[in-house]
Amino acid sequence: MVRPQPLGRGRRPDPERRGKIFRYAIISLVIRLTRRRLLSAVPAAGLGATALHTAIPHSHGSANAAEQHAGAAAAASLGHAGGGHAAFRGREVDHRANGFDPHLILRDFDEGKVSRLANGRTLREWTIAAAEQEIEVAPGVKFAAWSYNGRIPGPTLRAREGDRLRIRFVNGGRHPHTMHFHGIHPASADGVAGLGDGEVPPGGETVYEFDAAPYGLHLYHCHVRPLAEHIAKGLYGAFLIDPADAREEADEMVMVMNGFDTNFDRANEVYAANTIGFAYSEKPIRIKRGELVRLYLVNVLEYDLINSFHLHGNFFDYIPTGTSKQASELTDTVMLCQGQRGILEMRFPYTGKYMFHAHQSEFTELGWMGFFEVTD
Amino acid sequence: MEAGQATAGDARGTTGRAPAWLLGLVPLLLIVAAIGSFSALGGPGLGERRGPPAEELAVERTVLEPGRIELTVRNDGPDPVSVAQVVVNDAFVSFDGAGGPIGRLSSEKLVIAQPWIEGEAYEVALLTSSGGTITHEIPVAVQTPAADAGFYGLMALLGIYVGVIPIALGMLWLPWIRRIPPAWLRALMALTVGLLGFLAIDATLEGVELAGEGSQAFGGVALVFLGAAVAYLALTGVSSWLSQRRHAGAAAGARAPALALLIAVGIGLHNLGEGLAIGTAYTTGALALGAFLVVGFALHNTTEGLAIVAPIADSRPSLGRLAALGLIAGAPAVLGAWIGASAFNNSVAAFLFGAGAGAIAQVIVQLAPSLRSEGERGLQPRVVAGLLAGLALMFTTGLLVSV
Repeated sequence: MVRPQPLGRGRRPDPERRGKIFRYAIISLVIRLTRRRLLSAVPAAGLGATALHTAIPHSHGSANAAEQHAGAAAAASLGHAGGGHAAFRGREVDHRANGFDPHLILRDFDEGKVSRLANGRTLREWTIAAAEQEIEVAPGVKFAAWSYNGRIPGPTLRAREGDRLRIRFVNGGRHPHTMHFHGIHPASADGVAGLGDGEVPPGGETVYEFDAAPYGLHLYHCHVRPLAEHIAKGLYGAFLIDPADAREEADEMVMVMNGFDTNFDRANEVYAANTIGFAYSEKPIRIKRGELVRLYLVNVLEYDLINSFHLHGNFFDYIPTGTSKQASELTDTVMLCQGQRGILEMRFPYTGKYMFHAHQSEFTELGWMGFFEVTD
Repeated sequence: MEAGQATAGDARGTTGRAPAWLLGLVPLLLIVAAIGSFSALGGPGLGERRGPPAEELAVERTVLEPGRIELTVRNDGPDPVSVAQVVVNDAFVSFDGAGGPIGRLSSEKLVIAQPWIEGEAYEVALLTSSGGTITHEIPVAVQTPAADAGFYGLMALLGIYVGVIPIALGMLWLPWIRRIPPAWLRALMALTVGLLGFLAIDATLEGVELAGEGSQAFGGVALVFLGAAVAYLALTGVSSWLSQRRHAGAAAGARAPALALLIAVGIGLHNLGEGLAIGTAYTTGALALGAFLVVGFALHNTTEGLAIVAPIADSRPSLGRLAALGLIAGAPAVLGAWIGASAFNNSVAAFLFGAGAGAIAQVIVQLAPSLRSEGERGLQPRVVAGLLAGLALMFTTGLLVSV
């Protein structure tokens, strides 16, 4: 959501002064600037842009509607129009420079270093390091991000119900960080300030150890104040606990729905699943017809109240939080608040390209959309 | 310093003196050398800049054509700006232009594909390489008129309606003015000064407003005052040159025609700005061209014609001269409308509004002595009433066109 920003200079046309336009044009050259201006401590004069919208009489029934339509077709040839869908302009994001590729993150599950404890239980160990890195969130747009193990979202940690989990966390950033897991664990392993080792200072480290419970799809994220900022900058990942008796074999994938506030106005400029907007529409996710697809869907989106997932041309079984083997609903749209997640299972009866996206149209056209490409 | 001392020493030591031009040149050369070496060394001791680049873009011109929005942007910040992506009403859109960084003070045209709907509002956000956004409002989307002969004809007609005709009509008061007694004439001159005073204030305020919206790199509000100073000084120079010429020829009493010319020039500059505003408003769809508006402007500007003829009540100018005065005052409205509709620029407009205000201020200074009767101190009540009436007249006729 591109939020109306305080004025840097100039003025937003004030509805009450609109009359004056008739004498000396109050031209619409209203420039509102961003943090650069804000940094120079210009007091915010925030007026809703919507006020403007309502103050202007709308003359519908355009005489040149046909002409406009023709022009729209002509304009579609502008730049590379992404086949009629919203798209970024220019080359792809440099995944190599970013250090991660959403297409690889999609099917990448990290089961840790596995060993057996004396009592026969499985022990899984991971080392997760927080770091500061600049990533390209849209072609040509750089963002100073924070990451777990050099990727956003962080590694998808996968365990089985009842395993012993030992996560060594190293803070390579310049701010204190933690890892706070959703799940059932003692307070000391909760990864919040004042409990256990609390906040891990820059250069410091700690170990979170607990049992994998309950089975389902969870998440982890940094829980240091200011919370929104620590999450929005990229410190989160999916945390998956398989049931003791495994689910049916499937083509499994993970999507962590996120967004980036590149101008620090506490509203996102770019939306995505697995960080890079339009990544799965520029290059669709290939799946086989008739094969069971299991999608682990997590919403970590900061600043917006909700997010959603909508699938075209098909329905899916939905298991909220993944804590059951029975789907609670057959649907094509689910809505999730921040921290909510679930498992989606589906089979495609037909070949072809099927879109998926947030059913907040705004998020869709700001990056959160993609395609499944179903082939035989 | 050393070179200067050496020169001084030479001058003292030898019988000859260094030529004056050399003494003037040496500090200049030193300044050049100092600046050159400072920048060649990369500003020694200053270190790197702190913080992110300061990205500023001013949108100078917006053109809407079916299916596309064209923005002409100018970088008025200190650092180059790269427009990486464009968002219109919360959706990424495809666009052409600004493929590379836009350097300081240079401008680029962005052609954005957007199937806009007439009458709706749009917000264009330019997402820069550092993630900053620069947003631009289009309060009401209407197609920008094509700049063809018909369009320029319409703008000319508009300029004639609001500029030339009303002023010509206002000048028809001349025969009446000749008949009224001197005391009443003084009151009428006061009325003129009141009218002009209102226009000067109005033009300054509008100029300041426009400057605030335009590119700041060219001076912003300072342009208005710069324009005013330039016009004021230029007209002062012209008027003293004119009076010198006349003194050489005829005797005194020939001041009035020059004064009328100055008033015409001042009002002409003001009407240039007015035409500019009308042209721009029409192009951006902010102006409804109705009979009411034209009538309002006509009433408003008729008073300007009166202002021109008031000082020449005693002389007998030829008809051709009167027509010329009328055109000088009124015709710039046509020119302004053309410029405003085809190549509007806030900074230029602000400068012109300032120039209009400065010209009027100069005229007021010229007129001021005629408000006083011989051998009297202070202003007659009748003159004060005239001043106030002038302000009131402009204010009320101004209301007609600011509905």
